[in-house]
Amino acid sequence: MNIPTNLKYTKSDEWVKVDGNIVTIGVSDYAQSQLSDIVYFEFKVDPGDAVHKDQTVATLESVKAAADVNAPLSGNVVDINESLTEQFEAVNTDPYGAAWVLKIEISKPGELDGLMDAAGYEAYCQERSH
Amino acid sequence: MTEPTIYELSAPGRIGVRFPHPDVPLADLPKNLIREELPLPELSELDVIRHFMHLSHLNYSIDGGFYPLGSCTMKYNPKINEETARLPGFAFTHPLQPEETVQGNLALMYELQEYLKEISGFGAVTLQPAAGAQGEFTGVMIIRAYHKSRGDVKRTKMLVPDSAHGTNPATSGMTGFEVVPIPSDARGNVDIEALKAACDDSVAGLMLTNPNTLGLFEEQVVEVNRIVHQAGGLVYGDGANLNALLGIARPGDLGLDIMHINLHKTFSTPHGGGGPGSGPVAVTSELQEFLPGPVVILLEEGSEEIPPLFGFHQPEQSIGRVKAFNGHFGMVVRAYTYISMHGADGLRKISEYAVLNANYLLARLRNTYKVTFDRTCMHEFVVEGVWNDAPDVHALDISKRLMDYNFHPPTNYFPLIVREALMIEPTETESKQTLDRFADVMLKIAEEAHAQPELLQGAPHITPVGRLDEVKAAKELVLCCWLPDEVRS
Amino acid sequence: MFIPHTDSEREEMLKTIGAPSIESLFEGVPVKHRFPQLNLPPALSEMEVAAQLQELSQINESTRDLVCFLGAGAYNHYIPAAVDAILRRGEFYTAYTPYQPEVSQGTLQAIFEFQSLVANLTGMDVSNASHYDGATATAEAAVLAYHHFRGKRTRFIVSPAVNPQYRQVMRTYMDGYENLQVIGDGEPGDPLGAFEALTRMLDANTAMVVVQYPDFFGRVQDLSDLAAKVHAAGAILTVVINPTALALFKSPGEMGADIAVGEGQPLGIPLSYGGPYLGIFAAKKDYVRKIAGRLIGETVDQQGKRGYVLTLTAREQHIRREKATSNICTNQGLIALAATAYMSLLGKHGLRQVAELCYHKAHFLAEQINRIPGFSVDLTQPFFHEFIVKCPAPVGEINEYLLDNGILGGYDLSQDYPSLQTHMLLAVTEMNTREEIDLLCEVLKEYAND
Repeated sequence: MNIPTNLKYTKSDEWVKVDGNIVTIGVSDYAQSQLSDIVYFEFKVDPGDAVHKDQTVATLESVKAAADVNAPLSGNVVDINESLTEQFEAVNTDPYGAAWVLKIEISKPGELDGLMDAAGYEAYCQERSH
Repeated sequence: MTEPTIYELSAPGRIGVRFPHPDVPLADLPKNLIREELPLPELSELDVIRHFMHLSHLNYSIDGGFYPLGSCTMKYNPKINEETARLPGFAFTHPLQPEETVQGNLALMYELQEYLKEISGFGAVTLQPAAGAQGEFTGVMIIRAYHKSRGDVKRTKMLVPDSAHGTNPATSGMTGFEVVPIPSDARGNVDIEALKAACDDSVAGLMLTNPNTLGLFEEQVVEVNRIVHQAGGLVYGDGANLNALLGIARPGDLGLDIMHINLHKTFSTPHGGGGPGSGPVAVTSELQEFLPGPVVILLEEGSEEIPPLFGFHQPEQSIGRVKAFNGHFGMVVRAYTYISMHGADGLRKISEYAVLNANYLLARLRNTYKVTFDRTCMHEFVVEGVWNDAPDVHALDISKRLMDYNFHPPTNYFPLIVREALMIEPTETESKQTLDRFADVMLKIAEEAHAQPELLQGAPHITPVGRLDEVKAAKELVLCCWLPDEVRS
Repeated sequence: MFIPHTDSEREEMLKTIGAPSIESLFEGVPVKHRFPQLNLPPALSEMEVAAQLQELSQINESTRDLVCFLGAGAYNHYIPAAVDAILRRGEFYTAYTPYQPEVSQGTLQAIFEFQSLVANLTGMDVSNASHYDGATATAEAAVLAYHHFRGKRTRFIVSPAVNPQYRQVMRTYMDGYENLQVIGDGEPGDPLGAFEALTRMLDANTAMVVVQYPDFFGRVQDLSDLAAKVHAAGAILTVVINPTALALFKSPGEMGADIAVGEGQPLGIPLSYGGPYLGIFAAKKDYVRKIAGRLIGETVDQQGKRGYVLTLTAREQHIRREKATSNICTNQGLIALAATAYMSLLGKHGLRQVAELCYHKAHFLAEQINRIPGFSVDLTQPFFHEFIVKCPAPVGEINEYLLDNGILGGYDLSQDYPSLQTHMLLAVTEMNTREEIDLLCEVLKEYAND
């Protein structure tokens, strides 16, 4: 299981890359492996939309399951990875690269404290595998 | 052998049905609106008959074998139902005919409404909803309309036990309610303390499946209903499991306010390969003016010489129509036929033997398959399709292996609160011999799971096709076939 | 009868269970409410119930007893005998939803073929496995549009010439969503007005425009301009279709519609007093992943053999739960099978022949009626299946007169359209012979002369 140490993580399995007040988010390797082959990806927000923490920003589906991607932090959506709606396989093959989901300009930097680091997330994943 | 598609069988110029030549002068056709290409197949009548005959051979059915699909009540569908629904006086009436020309239909609909009221213990019934899910939608919309009519607009929450049917949360979502899940307790009942904690003046209602999806009677049902009522909410009952309660208990007596009834489960109308269903909704007398309209009423009592007169009534505070015309009338005729053949004692016997059959199978399987909530069940029960000492075998593998023994599998992976669930509902129409054969096979499969797991993982072995690639289907999305030489832009 | 147990089997089973009696299995049910005595008529034998139902059915005067000119959403067509022979196969009608594809390929392939025939007939890219009826299919189109725009577009424009019951059902469904605006069909307004009245309402907040083709009054109009205007506003065009008409007229797909919905009853389904019927739902491929209800897809098994499965099921209620856009579980499986058999039997030539017969007979009747003093028909616009007759008296009175003469008259439009007092909607199909058409004209002449 791949858990890059330069990223932060949420309990609903999003990864977060912090770059000043812009964060990029995506779906963790653990989550994609649990879902298995993704067959559908849909955005629930557009660039320019204000989002609050835990709001659903996208949904994805495998053959047997559906999952939401939630905003880990509040702010404004500045960019979305439009290519995912066609090339959703990237969520399985390159979750931390080509499958980035969207970028948010955060409005409540304090919320960053609620995210897990790589070690914390690894422990959280292991706990659920048993 | 793969059966070709109807398009692959097509041969240009072939004709299946001939119609008369026009017996009126021809009118001009509006050229700018006329279609040039009509890409439909061309076959003879025998081509079509053989094609569908071949397809029918690829299906498992109740007429062909045991179908213990939990929550679906796959009982025998009496053949007489098919005859009565096709009587020309019923089958060839137009839905918009004047009421005086369809008094037979209206009498039958009225009588069925009365029967369903009596069986369920409610004050009024609509036959309009097309299926269980639409009955559920109707029920929840009635809850919404009821609170709205009282100016009580703060009720935004719908309580849904985790042992309820899967449609319940979707229905709440469609109708604008926020779903609040209520956990089960150790006996598989609604957790009373959790229910009390969730009940306040923001609760619109509770969606209760009783018997629940574990096949267990909700032992505290009267108390559950009282708690919800005390908070000002209404209780909606999912009637999908009514086959356990005919003449046993009336949901209306137990304090429920609304319930849908599946004619295609409890009252033997055929499932048709996935429909049509029929989902009448019963409500207390207090709620009858919220029903979708129109409903059939008795306008004038009859006498010795004059037959009674029936007509339609539009409820005053109706939630509106949920469907065009008069509901699934053809299904209504079948259910009416079935109830008429049973009477009060016959109906009670249905539920008694449905419950006897389920408990018998449970008794035969419980030492081999783990039963998470093990007590006397109603018409169905849930076992775990997994063993710690055979970790590579899953419920799905057991299901697929059952096909090799000519049984239809039980419902898989539902309810979600049981690990690797296998939900088994035998129904009352199966004999002890059939149940014994099924139980013997289930025990044999359990042995195979430990000794030869690959036998299960590779199953089914004898069906027309093996396990299908669902990922390919979802990714490539081939949803239609076309004429082979058809060129589409 | 339907419960096979012998007394000794019952006792053996109770012994295995460890229960003294069947009654003892119900101890979880509150005593006070256990075993209520139901007040129902005594049980009848099959012979008696057959006779009782026969008698009840004969109280009706059906379209076999009366000459039928009633349509308005349900049409009296001929159903070839082979259709029912196929439906009567227990392998089809006593099967359940094809959740286990290995033992359900018959149902799955038949519904896949249904999807194919519907997509071809409507000129759309995809069709689902069917909805309950034309009305709920229309409502589901509105729900799709709402979700397509993520709730951000809230205006729904509906032509007054869409079947009134469909509009009612659509409003019931839309009532579950806050702050939606359903406009276009209100009073005052001209129910017979041009599309212009609808396109004037288009704005950046419009999610969907719904029109019917042929419309509720039978009129066939080109939709191309309308489609262009709806698309210019970024909205979705949904067209309620009549499948028989599409054998003769351009498909909605060809004219730019995004979604085609409609009532499939004309495709070999008996009138059966209004149901079960068949909701058609077809769309352009952009919307395929948002269509509610079942979809069957083609795939292969482990040996590479072609097979069919329910696909995109993760959208459905049992997985998405409260986030599913629809709670629909069933489709009209058996009715979709009937339509598949009907379309296969009639095929390209037969369906066109039926459509042409309907067209020519309706036009002939319309011309004849237009000549009767006091009655008039607008013959300037093309129509299909049915047309409006302006009458010299309330439609109810005329229909009573017709019924006395064994004729089931047309639909009284004043019940839905206050501005259409004394307007009747008459329907003609291939079932109406020249003799019946002449009879109707004779009786109307008599009425006019009275």
